[in-house]
This record gives sequence, C-alpha cells and structure tokens, in this order.
Amino acid sequence: MDRIKFLGDVKIRPTLIQLLNLGMIICSALMIWKGLMCITGCESPVVVVLTGSMEPGFKRGDILFLHMNKEPIRAGEIVVYNVDGRDIPIVHRVIKAHERRDTGEIDILTKGDNNQVDDITLYSGGQLWLNLHHIIGRAIGYLPYVGYLTIIMTEMPIVKYLLIGVLALLVITSEE
Amino acid sequence: MHSAVQRANTAATIAAILLATICAAASFLDAFNSPSLQAHVQVVKINRFRRQLDGNDEVKMTLKMSMDLTSLFTWNTKQVFVFLAAEYETDTNSLNQVSLWDHIVQEKERASFQVKVPTKYPLIDQGTNLRGKKVGLVLHWHIMPISGRMIQGKMPLSNFSLPDSYTTRS
Repeated sequence: MDRIKFLGDVKIRPTLIQLLNLGMIICSALMIWKGLMCITGCESPVVVVLTGSMEPGFKRGDILFLHMNKEPIRAGEIVVYNVDGRDIPIVHRVIKAHERRDTGEIDILTKGDNNQVDDITLYSGGQLWLNLHHIIGRAIGYLPYVGYLTIIMTEMPIVKYLLIGVLALLVITSEE
Repeated sequence: MHSAVQRANTAATIAAILLATICAAASFLDAFNSPSLQAHVQVVKINRFRRQLDGNDEVKMTLKMSMDLTSLFTWNTKQVFVFLAAEYETDTNSLNQVSLWDHIVQEKERASFQVKVPTKYPLIDQGTNLRGKKVGLVLHWHIMPISGRMIQGKMPLSNFSLPDSYTTRS
C-alpha cells in the first residue's frame, strides 16, 4: 500500500471529486434497485433463502428473483409472503387455491417442499388462508450460493463492518 | 506495473462476468426444450368421504398414476417438482385447485415411474359442495434449474365424479 497519502497532504479538489464519484456509484446502485422494483412489481425483487424448508430445490444462501403481476395465483407456484405483523418473508409453494366467484379473491394455502405439514401454523392467529395482499411476489428465477454473503453479514455483523471498513479504505486510497 | 490488487480485481471481475453469462445462456437454452410427456392417472378407491366437524367436505382416496417425465430434463435441470391437482368449480368459487400428491424427481433416470398411493393431502372443500361433483385431475410440473428461470407446465388428465353421498358417517 504505497499509495497512502499522509493526512496533511490531502488536497481539497481531488477529495471532493472522489466523494462525488462515491456519491455517483451509490446513486447508480439505488437507481438500478428502484428500477428493478418497478419492472418486477415487487417491493424486494431479490430475496435470499434463509431456511432449508424448500430443499432440495432451494438451499440456504440461494437467491431468488421475484416477479409480481395481476395474474391470479395458482397452485404449484412458489410465492414469497409476509405474515401479518412479521417482517421475515417466507418462500413456500402454493398447494391449495380457492378463487371466489364474486370478488375474485383467492384463498391460498402454502407448504414448504421439505416440510411435513402445511404452513397453517405459521399464519398469524386464527388465520386459515393467505390472500393476495400477503404475497410479495412469485419466484421466477434462481441463482445458487450467491446470497450466502448476505446471511453471513446478517448473522455475524462483524463481517459487515469489516467489509465496509475495507471498502471505505480502498475508496479513499485509490487513485481513480 | 500492475499491482497484485489490480490483477486480482480484474481476474475476479472477468470470472464473475463469465459465470453470469454461462448461467444466463444455460437458462436461455432451456427455452428450446419442447417436452412431450405422457401420464395417466386413475382413482382406485375413495377411502373416505365425509363432512368434517367444522363443516367442510373432506375426501381421501387412493390413486394409481404412471408418468414419464424424462423429456422435461435438460442438463440445466436440478429437479422436477410434480404434483397432481384436483380442480373443480362450485357455486361460490370459480376455481378450486387442491394438490393431492406431489413428488420431487432429481434424476432423469428416475423420471419414469408408476405408483399406487393414498393421497398425500386430503381434498377439502370450502363448504359442502363435493357430493356428486365432477373433478378434473391435472398434472402440474415445475422444473427447477441449476441456475436461471424456472419453468412451469401442466397437463389435464382424466376426470372423475365423486359419490353422491358420504361414505362414512361424519
């Protein structure tokens, strides 16, 4: 690391340009993320699989690409849903769907492929079915292993701080 | 003239781009696979047809199924999730889809088989509409890739009619 500038040597203009570059990178990343949100119609177009309840199809650390449209939810689709009052999205498969004739509302029951029982115990309170407003999106694509970094960063925050620290150091000390 | 860090950075970036391209290509090629599968299902016996304590109809039956799913597999296929859904309509519901049985096939060699099994999940109605109801049996499959887009498909198989009255006292 022979490019570390001494603190007394710091010039105003190059520093400002570097900060501007950093700002541009952050803004571009945000634009891409928000753009993806618009295209896929989901609040979080990419999710990381946290549990083994969908094995052997999805393992912990895989990432799923989500999409949501007006098409009615049908049995067999893998959906990501949030239970009322809980923050952690669950990725399971729809095994039962009942669509009401009058309102078009659909009652859904889900189950993880690797679970013995369906999800009825996961739904809050006396709730028997999921409805459209619980569903964040349908899983349409998948990449293995890529999300494992997110799991490590969530479960061992020290890794997250270390990573941010190293990145910040690299940005400050780089020439471009 | 290039530091170790720069070389590592370039190598990692190229590796990541190549990996992403291969994953995308694998998934893209999957679209050209035109499967031709065969399947047959038959309801052997209605084991139980009753009205549950909470007022909904419930059916459990034994099914005899044979299917050949080998044409669904490509080299980018990790597993095929196959399930049989009972589909019918009622006065209150325009569509009811209830999965009766599902199975995961992980290898192409094991994709052609015959089973005679009791239903894994009971057919439970939202109401008491099942007596004498004509129910369609539809085979659905979900191809889960090693990477990329997941593909779904379905094939209607036979229909059958439920008995006009319950087989056990509720």
